[in-house]
Amino acid sequence: MRESPRQELWVGMFVLVGLAAAAYLSIAIGNLRAGGAGGLEIVATFDEIGGLKPRARVVVGGVKVGQVKAIDLADDFRARVTLDVDEQLPLPADTSASILTSGVLGDQYVALEPGGDPTTLAAGDEIQFTQSAVVLERLIGKLIQNLGSGSSGDGGADGSDDAGGEAADEGGGAE
Amino acid sequence: MDAAPALAKPIEVEAQGLHYARGGRVIMHDLSCRFPAGRISVVVGASGCGKTTLLRMIACLNRPHAGRILIDGTEDVAHLSDGEVHAFRRRVGMLFQGGALLDSMTVFDNVALPLREHSGFPESRIRDEVHRVFEAVGLANVDELLPGQLSGGMVKRAGLARALVERPDLLLCDEPFSGLDPPTIRRIEELLLFVNQNLGGTMIITSHHNETTMRIADHVVMMVDRAAVSGRPRELLAGGDARVAEFFADVADSVPGAAP
Amino acid sequence: MSALGGVQSLGARSIAFVRDLGRFSVFSLRLGNAARRPPYRWRRLVREIYDTGVLSLVIVCISGLAVGMVLGLQGHNTLARFGATGSLGAVVGLSLIRELGPVLTSLLVAGRAGSAMAAEIASMVVTEQLDGLRMMSVDPLDFVVAPKAQAMLISMPLLSTLFVLFGIFGGYVVGVVVLGGDPGSYMSTLTDAVVFRDDVLGGFLKAGVFGLLVGLVATYRGYTALPTSTGVSAAATSTVVIASVATLIVDYFITALWGY
Repeated sequence: MRESPRQELWVGMFVLVGLAAAAYLSIAIGNLRAGGAGGLEIVATFDEIGGLKPRARVVVGGVKVGQVKAIDLADDFRARVTLDVDEQLPLPADTSASILTSGVLGDQYVALEPGGDPTTLAAGDEIQFTQSAVVLERLIGKLIQNLGSGSSGDGGADGSDDAGGEAADEGGGAE
Repeated sequence: MDAAPALAKPIEVEAQGLHYARGGRVIMHDLSCRFPAGRISVVVGASGCGKTTLLRMIACLNRPHAGRILIDGTEDVAHLSDGEVHAFRRRVGMLFQGGALLDSMTVFDNVALPLREHSGFPESRIRDEVHRVFEAVGLANVDELLPGQLSGGMVKRAGLARALVERPDLLLCDEPFSGLDPPTIRRIEELLLFVNQNLGGTMIITSHHNETTMRIADHVVMMVDRAAVSGRPRELLAGGDARVAEFFADVADSVPGAAP
Repeated sequence: MSALGGVQSLGARSIAFVRDLGRFSVFSLRLGNAARRPPYRWRRLVREIYDTGVLSLVIVCISGLAVGMVLGLQGHNTLARFGATGSLGAVVGLSLIRELGPVLTSLLVAGRAGSAMAAEIASMVVTEQLDGLRMMSVDPLDFVVAPKAQAMLISMPLLSTLFVLFGIFGGYVVGVVVLGGDPGSYMSTLTDAVVFRDDVLGGFLKAGVFGLLVGLVATYRGYTALPTSTGVSAAATSTVVIASVATLIVDYFITALWGY
């Protein structure tokens, strides 16, 4: 029953390397954090989230700082999005959130734009200023409607304002 | 086994009305026989008549479909619970036909295994005990060898050493002479006689080697027609049973001279 | 009449299958009990991990690398049609972590270590080594079989993890180094797409379940092998077939129940 020490050494190395690989897979690739639950949770409510999905990226200035944890419907039929962001990040209370698209047809993500308020967001706080997703089909639909009905249309004016506003905001976000 | 301390407490084995069938073939039908305490009994019979099965039944490795196997006239080993089987087997050593040594472990570790499992002895005491049995069965310098590196005779000796290391009251040997050359057979014979005289346990051997049977047996059990006839070797041959006479035809001449 | 005979043989097969399944369950429970109770056989476990884990390391790593490289090539060509080659890391990583790593590792290990394990136990049955242990009052399930099944359970997740990492590396080599993809987006789409609970933990769970499955099938087939040389080869062959098919079937159910 005596084992050669070489065999024991090999087994020891195998188990160590295997556990190290499992740790790497969990932490570096699987984004497992030691704390378990994760970072700072904040809430943002949008009129329209488009194709935003859980686990979508949350970025500040293009740098990833967290991900979308959950999406559900609030009491007023708006979309309530729970964001899970790095708790080391001192986000000002007047930070705004917008839903943007990477490329023309790419994934949608949440971009945060920090304001200048000296107080910072705490866990569970809600972001006050949000910008909804641009739904391309709706935008095109309204464009066609506007072109068809011309400038004299009655109901179309409202829609054209809306579409214009969103397009402008989109431009602002992309800066 | 110099200065062997405790002698075994020989036990008597008695089979009563055993039935056994395998694959629809009846191997034993109302088989009864007795193995006297402290003596060497040899079980003989044609190939496939169930000699090994009988031995395995006594060892609780097979269960008879009917009948009893009594130890010292009382305990029935054919119907023991698992725990009782464990306790009973501590008193029994068995030498299997092929030795049955674990081939992933050295010879020393094989023989030391029962002591390491049950005795709680320190390693130095285990080493002494194992070397003492090695000496008794005539093995030397085999400690670090694997069973695959041993010759047929050495495998039997190592198997015997493992069966003896816990000083059994009952020693079962399944075909200890098969596949060996004549000189080695005689050495194993002497070894079994030596063990019987010096340890004093009951010994049950299966064999189809008639010359050996006549030389070492105190008692012969012959399995014929799914039952058994038995007696002292000379009495059995003189009994006039045609089946016995036919089976022992090759040694019939030598027996009167050989038997004391 | 022949139709009736067909129905009859189907019935007989079904009964045999259910009976085998029942025996397998009883065997698994007894094995679990033997493994849970002391004595714990660490040294034997180390030896078995060496046989199943360390000796499978090379084929698992090479296979992982090859599978990752194929995924890199196929994924790159397919994604190129949509102009989405940046997502190659996510495609390669997710397929490996969720499916290919655990499943292919299980198939490889069943073929390499599982068949050897079944054949080793079966040949111990043939040469009466397990009976030899029983005669020493040592439970072969505890001494021989349990360490083998445990070694499989421990080795499989570790091997699967290494398969996955080598696969991700292989995909990187082809997708980034050979075909000139973007190194940053390979890793960032990978880490963005992978979720610990759904993907990584689910992969570990699969590998663990497959390890248990292959270990139990191999030891059961070996332990219940017929004591003949064809019994040994049948045990090895049926282990590979049953363990592989069972891996694929169980994979579906884990995938469905783990909520992907």
